[in-house]
This record gives sequence, C-alpha cells and structure tokens, in this order.
Amino acid sequence: MTTQTIKSERNVRSLFRSDAMQRVMAFGALILLFIVFSVASPFFRTFENFVGILLATAVNGVLALGVTFVIITGGIDLSVGTVMTFSAVMTGVFITNWHMPVPIGILAGLLAGTLAGFVNGNVISRMKIPPFIATLGMLYIMKGLSLVISQLHPIYFNDTPIFQQMAMGSILGSIVRGFDVPNAVLILFGAAIVASLILTRTILGRYTFALGSNEEATRLSGVNVAVWKTAVYTLCGFFAGLAGVLIASRLNSAQPALGSGYELDAIAAVVIGGTSLSGGEGSILGTIIGAFIISTLTNGLRILSVPQEWQLVVTGTIVILAVFLDILRRRR
Amino acid sequence: MTTPVPPSDGEKILLRMEGISKSFPGVQALSEAKFELRSGEVHALVGENGAGKSTLMKILGGIYHKDAGRILLDGEEMEITNPAMAQHLGISIIHQELNLMPHLTVAQNIFIGREPRGKVSFVVDDKTTNEKAAGLFELLNLRLDPNTKVADLTVANQQMVEIAKALSFNAKILVMDEPTAALTDSEIEELFTIIRQLRDKGVGVVHISHRLEELKLISDRVTVMRDGKYIDTLSTKDAKIDKIISLMVGRTIYESSPELPEKPNQEVVLEVRNLNRGRVLREVSFDLKKGEILGFAGLIGAGRTEVARAIFGADAYESGEIFIKGKQVHIKSPGDAVKHGIGYLSEDRKRYGLALAMDVKENVALAAMRKFLKMLGWVDYKKAAERGREMTAVLNIKTPSLEQKVKFLSGGNQQKVVIGKWLTADTEILIFDEPTRGIDVGAKSEIYKLLNDLAHQGKAIIMISSELPEILRMSHRVLVMCEGRVTGVLNASEATQESIMKYATMRSDVMLASA
Repeated sequence: MTTQTIKSERNVRSLFRSDAMQRVMAFGALILLFIVFSVASPFFRTFENFVGILLATAVNGVLALGVTFVIITGGIDLSVGTVMTFSAVMTGVFITNWHMPVPIGILAGLLAGTLAGFVNGNVISRMKIPPFIATLGMLYIMKGLSLVISQLHPIYFNDTPIFQQMAMGSILGSIVRGFDVPNAVLILFGAAIVASLILTRTILGRYTFALGSNEEATRLSGVNVAVWKTAVYTLCGFFAGLAGVLIASRLNSAQPALGSGYELDAIAAVVIGGTSLSGGEGSILGTIIGAFIISTLTNGLRILSVPQEWQLVVTGTIVILAVFLDILRRRR
Repeated sequence: MTTPVPPSDGEKILLRMEGISKSFPGVQALSEAKFELRSGEVHALVGENGAGKSTLMKILGGIYHKDAGRILLDGEEMEITNPAMAQHLGISIIHQELNLMPHLTVAQNIFIGREPRGKVSFVVDDKTTNEKAAGLFELLNLRLDPNTKVADLTVANQQMVEIAKALSFNAKILVMDEPTAALTDSEIEELFTIIRQLRDKGVGVVHISHRLEELKLISDRVTVMRDGKYIDTLSTKDAKIDKIISLMVGRTIYESSPELPEKPNQEVVLEVRNLNRGRVLREVSFDLKKGEILGFAGLIGAGRTEVARAIFGADAYESGEIFIKGKQVHIKSPGDAVKHGIGYLSEDRKRYGLALAMDVKENVALAAMRKFLKMLGWVDYKKAAERGREMTAVLNIKTPSLEQKVKFLSGGNQQKVVIGKWLTADTEILIFDEPTRGIDVGAKSEIYKLLNDLAHQGKAIIMISSELPEILRMSHRVLVMCEGRVTGVLNASEATQESIMKYATMRSDVMLASA
C-alpha cells in the first residue's frame, strides 16, 4: 500500500514538473486575468477591447517568436527592437521614397531583418562574440542606420493606402460580417503556427534544442554548430523584419525613433511563457500566451485607470513571479 | 614465447597512428606517440592522468589536430579534420564526460546530426527515429524507452545511450574513454558482454580505464603511455598488473600500512542522529571520531552523497540532529558548515570543488577569504601566495606556478588543491566524496597517503567510495548504506568485500523479514 501512495505521489509530482504543466499554468493565469478585469470593468469585456488586445499583441508576439528560438539555444537577441525599426524604415524607403510596388517594399523589409539576423549569427558563431555583446552592438547599429537612412524623419505611406490595409484591414470581417479582426492578428497566428512547426518538426528546431541543451555534445556529434546557430539568429531576424513591416503598416508610417525597448517586451513574453534562459527548453505556445499576458495586463490596467508608470511596475513584478514559479516547479 | 603475436588472417590492422605529437600552450601533451589497433581485438590504453591517452584519441576523433605524425586507416593515410569526418570513417568515440543533450529524448540523442527525414527533407521523422532506436536497443539487449528525456535517466543508463549511439554508426573502431567509471558491477558486466559481441563481429575496441583489474577481464592487448610518450604494448594474458603499473608510473608506489591501528577512546567529533529526508535519507545515525577515517560504502544511489550534502548544509533535511563536539548545531548552508569546521570535497571536483578559471593560490584561499582580507575588503595577495606556496609544498602539488589556472592541472593535482583549500579553512571534519575517481594509480596512492596523514594529525574524515578495495584499505570503520538507511557499521577487522556487499544489498523488505 505504501508503495502505491509513493507511486501516486511521484506521478502527481512529475505531472506538476512537466513542461505541459507550465503551459497550463500560464494559460490559467491568462484566463484569470481576463476574469478579474471583466468583473472589474464592463469596458474590458467588449468585443472591441478584445480586438484591441489582440492587435496590441501582434507586433510584440511576432518579435517574441524569433526570440524564443534564440533563447532556447541559450543565447539572447537584444537587437530585435531596432532591427524591427530598420525593417520598417527600409520598407518606407522602398515604397514611399523610391516608389516601388508595395510587395517589393514588404520583401525589402523582410530581407533587411533577415540580413541583420544573418550578420548577428555570423558575429556570434564565427567571430565568437558572446550573443549579449554582439546583439547589443547590433541594437545601436540598427538604431543609428534607421535614423541615417530616414534622415531623422518619419516616412509616411500616404500614397499607398493598400499598405495600411495589410495589417489594419480585415479579411475575416469581409467574410463574417461584424467580425472585424484585423489582419495583423491573422499574421501573428499564422507566423506562430509556422514557428511552432519549425521548432517541433524540422531539423532546425531539433538543433535549436540541441544547442541549448549541450552545445559541445552537439558539436562532437558532427553537427556544424556555426551554421545552425547562424540559421537560428537569421530566423530571429526574419521575424523582426516581419514585425517591422507589421508595425509600419499599422502606424501607416515608419518611425525611425521607435523600437528601443521592444526587445525587452519580447524577452519578457518568452520568459513568462516558460522558456528557460539557460536554454534547452521552451515552446511557441508558451511565448504566445506570455505575449498575451503582457498586453492583457497593460490593457486592463489602463482601463482601470492605473497610471502607465504603475503598469510598468506590475509588468516587472509579473516577469519575476513567472520565473520564480517556474523555478519552484523544477525544484525537487 | 611472449613475443608479439603477428596478426592472423582474421585480424587485419585497422588503425596505425605513428609519430603523433601535439602541444598545447605550456604543455607537450604528446611526443611521437604511436598506437596500433587490429580488427576483432579489445586494446586497452592505460597511463596516468596527463599521459596523453585522451589527447591521442581526440586526435583520432578529429577533435584535436595533431602537430606531427600520420594516421593510417586500413593502411591508407588519412587527415581527420573534424568529428563528422571521423564518424564517417567508422570511428566512434565515447568521451569521458558524458556528451548527451539532457533536454532531448534518448532517440533524438542517438540520431543527432543524422536524423531520419520525412517527405520534405528539412522535416525530422520522429516516428522512424524512435523505431530505429528501439531496434538498436533490441539488438543490444537494452531496456530503454526511446522517448524518455535523457535528463530523466540514471547515469548508468545515460552511459548505455552513449554506447548505443556510438554503435549506431556501424563503427569499425570504437573508443571508450573510462566507460565504467560511473557503473555498478552488474552494469559493467553488461557492458563487457556488449563489448565482447562487438569484438567477435570484428570491431576494434579501444578501452581506456583506470581500473586495472578490468584489463584482464576484457582486453587482449594493452598499450602503456607515460608523459605523452608510447612506452610498451603487451599481451594482456602474459602481463602482470604490477608490471603494467610500474610501466605506467615509472617509479615505486606508496602503500598504506594494511593494518590500521584501532583508535579506541577517541573523542567523538561529529554525531548525527536520525537524519531524515523524504525517501532519500531514513533515520541516518552515526558517530565520527577524531583521527578516524570512516568509510561510507554502498551501491550507487544508496544515499551516501546525500548524507554528506545534508551535513554540509548543501541540501536541507526534514528532521534529525547534528552535534559537533557534543554541542548541537544547526547547519543551514555550506557557509555554516565551514564555520563549524566541516569541509566537503565533492566527487565532481570541476563543478563543485574548484573555480577552474582561477589560479592555485586563489583556489587555496577561497574557503577562508576572511583570513586574507585587509582593510575595506582588499585581498592580501601576498599572504594568499604564501599560503599557496606552503600548501603546494606540503601537499606536493605539481604546478608550474601559483599563478597557474587550476583547469590546466591534472585530476590528482586538482584534488590536492581542493584539499589545500579546506586545510586553509581550518576544517576539523573532512568529507571526501569519491576522492580518487578519475585519478591515476600514482596520484591515487599520494591521495591515500594524504588521507592517512590528515587522520594522524587528528582530522576526522568521512570517505565515500564505490571502490571496495579502497574502502577496505583506508577505513578504520566502514559504514554501509542501502536505500537511504544505514544498514551496518563494521570495524576494520570485520570488514570484508563479502560482509560489505551483504549490508549494501540489505533492502528494507529483507530487513523487515529478519526483524
């Protein structure tokens, strides 16, 4: 009989410690936030507000997708915020300044981000610069280049109204009347599904985990570590590029001074979602939930008229609590 | 007629390494070393730590690049430039440190770098991966679930995963660097069965081990290396262990006096009463006397290290009392333990015992920094250096200078640095956890001598060891554990391999039945 209790105790404990549990807990926290805010304010529980939350998550969510990969390898990418800005500016330059077709402009934005990620990857894996330093450098470089190229002025997309429709139009709304969820949200979910497939099904995803779990062992197994690490940072750059195109479309302008600080929101979303900063563990679903927790919190607190400075304090506390819960979970 | 047997028809020469030299900054690791491997033989490679065995094999595996020499595979000269190429040439190496990715599953680990792909080439096919792994385990008679995470396996099973991985390459040459260090006897027997199967299939196996008793059991020939040089190759059948040892060390070895004087009426320094922690520690009680070496014997997982960590404040315990010199103490952290004069020398020196990137004198001062502080937290480096010099002399630490980073020292010398550290902190109670693991014969006997000297000076010593000969040779008394319980305490006169094993396998159901 005692052995049976021991066994069931062990099962309960292993269930509590499992990765799935982490996601259930994060999702539970998100639902709880929704319930609390819904009770607290009738303005929170409107369809318009829910759409607002979704839209507010789109840019940070897409950024966080790429950062998830990087953090699972045990690395960090501080440059995604300003890489996003650079991509937005490049899109603006192509479409508005050079009068290129909109798809070419979008492609240019994506490419700019991807290229920045590729440079990050090479600096880290071949020049052996620690990720923190390499991407900190890239943060400044991108910030500077964005200002240089835009000559310090925002670039507006007023000649090409179709560009704004990319994020702010609603394909769903045109199919289901009244269900006006902006395309940006669809893009977020589409990108998340692709990212999740890459992470769980492809060779790149496998090596992402392997690198974070034991890089030396991966190298000794004959895997070309430099190549795959570069690929991970390149992918992260691609998502930053996508976020850049999205934010430009949403604001109908490329704002060269915007972007610093976004990388921290993205990292916060990844961490709240249960991805371990020491590498080897993490999931896209967790990251998406993490991003929603942040934007729901911001939105709800704003509706409750909590001043913005206090919203920051709350978000910071949540980040620390989330990681602490995760540490408790892992502890024997 | 003990001249080397020429290879018969079935035994062609798989590998020949000649004139291999390799230097690292400050060290000539190999000078003109050579090695030969035939198909269908188990060839043991022995030598003290730092003799160059692992370096030689890492050159074969494409991890290091040789400065000079040639490698012939099947008579053809090869430049092996990277690990992937070595694998491709049929060379598999199981490294001394386990090289697995703990967050991935068993099957994912085995097929890392050559995952079965799906219809689209960048998609991995986990189903096939698992099936192939399961097939491999069946072949090797292993009971492992391909889908468990490696982090959830025991060390022994992780070792088995490494072996399965190496074999999955259809290796012609299999190198195993200390594969048995973490295994129990029955697991070693299983491993040897697998090695024999491979040998019979014509695989050439290189077996690096510090356990010389094993050589007779498993190897056909043995090559001895010393100081980066080739010394001799013998047929294991004809070679006496003593002969091998003398070739390895090139000097005589300290033997501790076999009969240890009983030390009656000594003061009890440490008293542990009814220590409990979950199912890991159950009602653990014992005394430790001044000037005594108390051996902790038991199978892996019996809870010996856990007792040590609890006493040292590294893990919390749920109930129980600890007395030092008759006074009850509450040790909540390693800092408390150090204040009470307890030092712990972990079995994993590199992870828990040393600051690898710091130098010898800094490591020696580390646990007693307060002694070396001047005003405002300035470190008195002159004093630290003095102490370092003293310890290097007393403990016979072989280091080019006090400024040498400890990561460049050999295992035995690293262990001595850790001992120096605890001596500097004025510890009265020293807990040695597997003090000679991964340490070569020569350095081993020096460590034994040190332990005896420390006991003579009145230190109280707990020595945890999985090697029974070591326990029998060193301990005044032997405490045996099984499944978190103390199952027996034997005096040196009563302790034999048989009596210890009896208590070490005394599981709770047996105890209940006999009660």
